[in-house]
Parts: sequence; structure tokens; C-alpha cells
Amino acid sequence: MSGLIKSSLARKVVMALSGLFLVVFLTQHFVINFTSVIAPETFNEWSHFMGYNPLVQFVLQPILIGGVVIHFIMGFVLEIQNKKARGIGYAKYNGGANAPWTSRNMIITGAVVLAFLGLHFYDFWVHEMDYKYVSGLAEDPTRYHEETVEKFAPFWRTVIYVISFVLLSMHLWHGFNSSFQTMGVNNKYSPAIKTITKLFSVIIPLGFIFIALYHHLNPITH
Amino acid sequence: MKLFLKIWRQANANSKGKFTEYTLDGIEGDMSFLEMLDILNEDLIAKSEEPVEFDHDCREGICGMCSLQINGEPHGPDRGVTTCQLHMRRFSDGDTIVIEPFRAKAFPVIKDLIVDRSAFDRIQQAGGYVSVNTSGNTIDANAIPIEKENADNAFNAAACIGCGACVAACKNASAMLFTSAKVSQYALLPQGQVEATDRVMSMVKQMDLEGFGNCTNTGACEVECPKGISLENIARMNREYYAASIKG
Ligand code: SF4
Ligand code: FES
Repeated sequence: MSGLIKSSLARKVVMALSGLFLVVFLTQHFVINFTSVIAPETFNEWSHFMGYNPLVQFVLQPILIGGVVIHFIMGFVLEIQNKKARGIGYAKYNGGANAPWTSRNMIITGAVVLAFLGLHFYDFWVHEMDYKYVSGLAEDPTRYHEETVEKFAPFWRTVIYVISFVLLSMHLWHGFNSSFQTMGVNNKYSPAIKTITKLFSVIIPLGFIFIALYHHLNPITH
Repeated sequence: MKLFLKIWRQANANSKGKFTEYTLDGIEGDMSFLEMLDILNEDLIAKSEEPVEFDHDCREGICGMCSLQINGEPHGPDRGVTTCQLHMRRFSDGDTIVIEPFRAKAFPVIKDLIVDRSAFDRIQQAGGYVSVNTSGNTIDANAIPIEKENADNAFNAAACIGCGACVAACKNASAMLFTSAKVSQYALLPQGQVEATDRVMSMVKQMDLEGFGNCTNTGACEVECPKGISLENIARMNREYYAASIKG
């Protein structure tokens, strides 16, 4: 097993598995968020469940944070090693001739998504921690929908969300299908995986963008 | 046609190189890229200047010696060809052509455009062989039935000429395509099974030791490979590697 931990192939696997794990998480996150548009009560119920269920809070949430951290630390490590492996750079490098922009710039799209996660964390996670543990406020299973909609009131935040999801889309466009190649899947199912990659990386981010815009344009008025 | 060349000149492995500009006239479309450089060198020799050093041998796309990053692509803009098979008709009168050595830390420059690709030899030596008894009672390879598809895929993998264009093209200077071709040509055949576990482990280990980068599946290698080596080989090597790791 030791070879699997030190080698370049092991680093690829770590990227692929953590990436696929985040894809699964993103899907469930999208489904829950979407209810904030079509069924606010369901959104409140599910949000409350996610916020207070010990399994979610103390097992799944740390795993998720671990997954994000591993994925981005490994991403930066790989980037640094790969820059070093070139040594002296080319005076002229026509990268666009043989590989798509998205595949060559995962570090850029990834860094933007990471920066967005910082804001997202501040907006929701820090707020939740404060509500539950610092301020010690009582459970209120009906607050989530309103709090979420209010977040999208400022124009700047909505714009940041939209831009970040466009970059996430680019990141997924390469990353989703690339994970399968890394896992050794390159066979008769590969064209189908490529199609799923394209659909997923467009539909899910577009859905998130829709939700952000919807809440921005439909504020709650008392 | 008249061409403007920007060529990397470097006296030896330890010196700092730089680009030198040359103007070359009277180039015909039917000349190969290397013949164009021959003409440049004849000019330089006539002027008692140091000719530009570049690698070449067969000049018919089979040895893998010729290299060169031409206008930002290994072996130039054409697909499925080596530099010796690239023709000047691909360029137009008045073009500027930037010619650099293949760049990778694992391929240090020896002189001008010549790089040391012995890292590939060491990867090959680490496990790219089969133990066959050749002491008088060699078994005819055709005595073992092999599925047509596997035979074809092994043959296609074996078409790799070790030119290094995959490394040169890759933004990560990764040697995965080369190494996976060398692993695959045996992994697909019954004769390759005896050493299969050790082979993939040793070759990947050597590949990492040489300082090549990590593959991020951009696919640039497959596009630039003059022999059409497919990314399927990388996926196969990954499978072999995982299986070997689990076996220990
Ligand atoms: S895989 Fe292709 S590009 Fe790489 S060394 Fe072999 S022939 Fe050259
Ligand atoms: S010189 Fe042999 S392949 Fe180009």
C-alpha cells in the first residue's frame, strides 16, 4: 500500500476521489437549495434537520470540510510540483492547440471557487455557529428560508455568487470526467460519462445561479 | 520562401541560453523542417559560425530522435508527425518560427536544441521487459492464442517511439503517456503477466524519481503524440497500478 501513498498516481486518486465526493455533496446541496424556491416549508424543515441532526453535524460535516481541505491542498501541491517539473518555461507555448482552457486552468477556476467558499462559509456556517453556540439562541425551525432570501438582497453578493458558479461550471467541465479517467475508467462508457459531465457541469451551476437570482429579485416584504 | 527564425542557443548544459534570430531565404515547401535547419547550418558553417545542434537520426518518423518545440508545439503544428516529417509547406513566406528545445526538468538541455532524454531509458529499464527463455528452446510467440483486440492494443502501445513530445506538450511535463504505453504493451499480453505487478510499480516509481510532473488529464499528450498513443493507456496503467498496490 505504501506506494499508493507517495506516488504521483496516489495524488491523482486523492484529487479524483475527493472531487467526486464533492460532486455528490454539490448535488444534494442543490436539491435542498432548490426547495427554497419551490417549497419554503420543505426548505425550512430540511435545513433544520441538517443543522441539528448530530450525524450530519458531527460526522458528515467534518468529513465534508476534510474533503474540501484535502482537495484544495492537494490541488495546490500538484500545481507547485508541476510548475517545477517544467523547469525553464517556453518562450512560446501554444497550450490551446492541444488542450481545452478548462483543463489547463483548474488552478484558476479552483482558486476562485475556494475564495467563494470563504464567503459562503462566512455567510452561512459562521452565522449558524454563532446562532447555535455563541449567542446560544433557541431552535427556530422556521427561520432558514427568510435568512437565506435576505442574504441575496445585496446586489454585490448575488453577482459574486453568479460569477463563482460560472467558474465552478468550468471546473466541473474538466474535473468530473477527468476523475473517471484517473480511476482507470476509459472504455465504452466513456462517451456517456463525458455527456453526463457536460450536462452536470452546466445544469447544476445554472440551477444555483437561478436560485440566487430568484431570491435577489423576489425579496421578502413584510 | 523567406523565414525569420528565433532559435534557442545554449553552449552546454551549464551555460545560460538565449534566443538568436536568423533570416533564411530560398526555402522550398517540399523541404522537411530538418532540411531547412540543414540549410541554415550550411550558411552558418560557411560564415565560420557555430551550427545549431539538433537531434535527428532516421528522418522518417521511426526513431524518435528528432524533437523541437516549434511555435509552441512539439514537432510543430501538424498532427501525427515527427519534426523530420514536418514539411515547410506548412509555413508561409515571411513567417517567424520560434524553435526551442523540449522543456522539462527531467530533460536537461545538452546543447542548443538537444535535450537528454535518458530519463525515458531509465523508466524502461526499471521494468519495461519480459523474462523469456531464449536459450535454445524459445517458444514461438504465435503458439499462444491472443485475443485480436488485445493484440491490436498492445501493438498500438508498442508504436511509441520514445520521442518525448508528450512530456514537452504537457503543461505539467508529465511522462504518463510514455510510461503507460510501455506498461500497456506488456500488460495486454500473456507474456507480460509474470512481472506485471513489479513492472508497473517500478516504472511509475522511476517516472516520479526522474522529476516528471503529475498528470492532470489535459489530454495534450495524446493530441501531440506523433504515434497516436491513446489516453486509454494511461487509464490502463492506473488500473494496473491500483491492482498492484493492493496486492502489495
Ligand atoms: S507516447 Fe507518443 S509522444 Fe510520448 S514518447 Fe511515445 S511516441 Fe512520443
Ligand atoms: S529523425 Fe527519426 S523520428 Fe525524426
